[in-house]
Amino acid sequence: MIDLLTAPFVEFAFMRRALAGCVALSASAAPVGVFLTLRRMSLMSEAMSHAILPGAAVGFLVAGLSLPAMTLGGLVAGLAVAMLSGAVARSTVLREDASLGAFYLLALAAGVLLISARGSSIDLLHILFGTVLALDDAALMLLGGIATVTLFALALAYRPLVLECVDPLFLRSVSRASAPVHFAFLGLVVLNLVGGFAALGTLLAVGLMLLPAVSARFWAADVTGLIPVAIALALASSTAGLLVSYYGDLPSGPAIVLTAGALYLASMLVGSRGGLLWRLMPARHLEA
Amino acid sequence: MSAAAPGALVFRGLTLGYDRHPAVHHLDGVVPAGAALAVVGPNGAGKSTLLKGIVGEVAPLDGRIEHPGLVRREIAYLPQAAEIDRSFPISTFDFVAMGLWRKLGLFRALRPHRGAVADALAAVGLSGFERRPIGTLSGGQLRRAMFARVLLQDARAILLDEPFAAIDSRTSADLLDLVRRWGHERRTVVAVLHDLDQVRRHFPTALLLAREAVAWGETEAVLTGPNLRRARQLCEAWDDEAPVCRGPAGHAHEAHGQEAHGEAPHDHAHDHEHAA
Repeated sequence: MIDLLTAPFVEFAFMRRALAGCVALSASAAPVGVFLTLRRMSLMSEAMSHAILPGAAVGFLVAGLSLPAMTLGGLVAGLAVAMLSGAVARSTVLREDASLGAFYLLALAAGVLLISARGSSIDLLHILFGTVLALDDAALMLLGGIATVTLFALALAYRPLVLECVDPLFLRSVSRASAPVHFAFLGLVVLNLVGGFAALGTLLAVGLMLLPAVSARFWAADVTGLIPVAIALALASSTAGLLVSYYGDLPSGPAIVLTAGALYLASMLVGSRGGLLWRLMPARHLEA
Repeated sequence: MSAAAPGALVFRGLTLGYDRHPAVHHLDGVVPAGAALAVVGPNGAGKSTLLKGIVGEVAPLDGRIEHPGLVRREIAYLPQAAEIDRSFPISTFDFVAMGLWRKLGLFRALRPHRGAVADALAAVGLSGFERRPIGTLSGGQLRRAMFARVLLQDARAILLDEPFAAIDSRTSADLLDLVRRWGHERRTVVAVLHDLDQVRRHFPTALLLAREAVAWGETEAVLTGPNLRRARQLCEAWDDEAPVCRGPAGHAHEAHGQEAHGEAPHDHAHDHEHAA
């Protein structure tokens, strides 16, 4: 039994690389996802991941199927869309979701146009579904670097980030950190989406960011609990997903995200905080 | 350059508003350091807008606000309509402890200040609520938690926008005692209030606002029948046909706006482009 779980990783270097990449991604994307859900920006990350597409496409057009080029392009495009929509939200009447909605559609359409202008459908599949089983040294360094930057940045901005989520007006009244923290957080979202893009593809990049974070709400009561639970769930789903894809001969990206989705459904049912089963069998109320 | 004592709030020809329509129109005057000023007036009179202007949430359309010797971040502000996300999983203790932001910053430990947070919670009658998530507090209790947070901010100037609106009478009496103590500590307090009896009993000075200052000075002289009637005649609705205001801006010496105590002489050397 244990052997079944470890053998693929012991035997094959590409599985070990995939696992290492997923561990890095889980450690950084899951906490970012926790703050995303707390800020009610869950779906925004999905939009943002589409915004990365034109940049990746430009990288692809310039350098072919090269991860560094596509990553750099995706990073530039994602950051541009994030900063533009953040700036529009802060200086006009539009709320952030509306301004992001506008910018990401622009970016997505441009991306599809660029990819269809050149490139076969196989290339398109690589971009859309990622290549976690073919992570080379450069890609692993990238994922590790992203995780390092993300964790340090979150540690640095933890307090203002929580304040900005709970009571933005209060943060504005006591500190000038509000805008920088907001933009830094958007930057982290883009950074982790680009990481997820390398491993899971643009369509599923949000998977490891969002699903564990959403599931964690069913297990932990506050931010300090949500973050470790989300990381643990992300680690579990990426390991299990890799194994499922290995034994079932399935594409790894969807396998990982589907595993995370299964964990979400399970958490929703039996989670100790507000899980459905507990709602069906409520304990009798207290006296005071 | 201003002669007002540090901690004072100075309005010079201040016009605040939305979409060019003034909500506060050509306000001049000084809230001296350590004063307790009640701002009263009908709905839409610009009371909340005035406080928002002081903390910089609304930029002046004209004129300016000065607070010499006081950084904007040192002004504590209890808003009427907070932007608090009550579904955020945070305990009441941590929520109130936010008031220590200026002391703690990004990394300093909260532990040495736990006693101060507990004292603030006790002062607003929320002892025992430390571990409760803010989502489980009632409207009045959350308001009290926000008040506790203001206490912890230890600010030199404190702006309260209808601080007692959702709070029961016993608690508001306790909180009014705190406001009085702030006066002894030479903290400047500006409070928007609707309960005129409360104002008469607890605030030595008052500003009756109805877009323009109807009266400003000793509370008894301000809250007179004729003044209140004048304030009530304010038309709340915007006039879409309103002409562009050509009135004098930046006149600290003009009629509508008397000083509370006259202890902050005006600086006559300042640059008035529109000076008549």
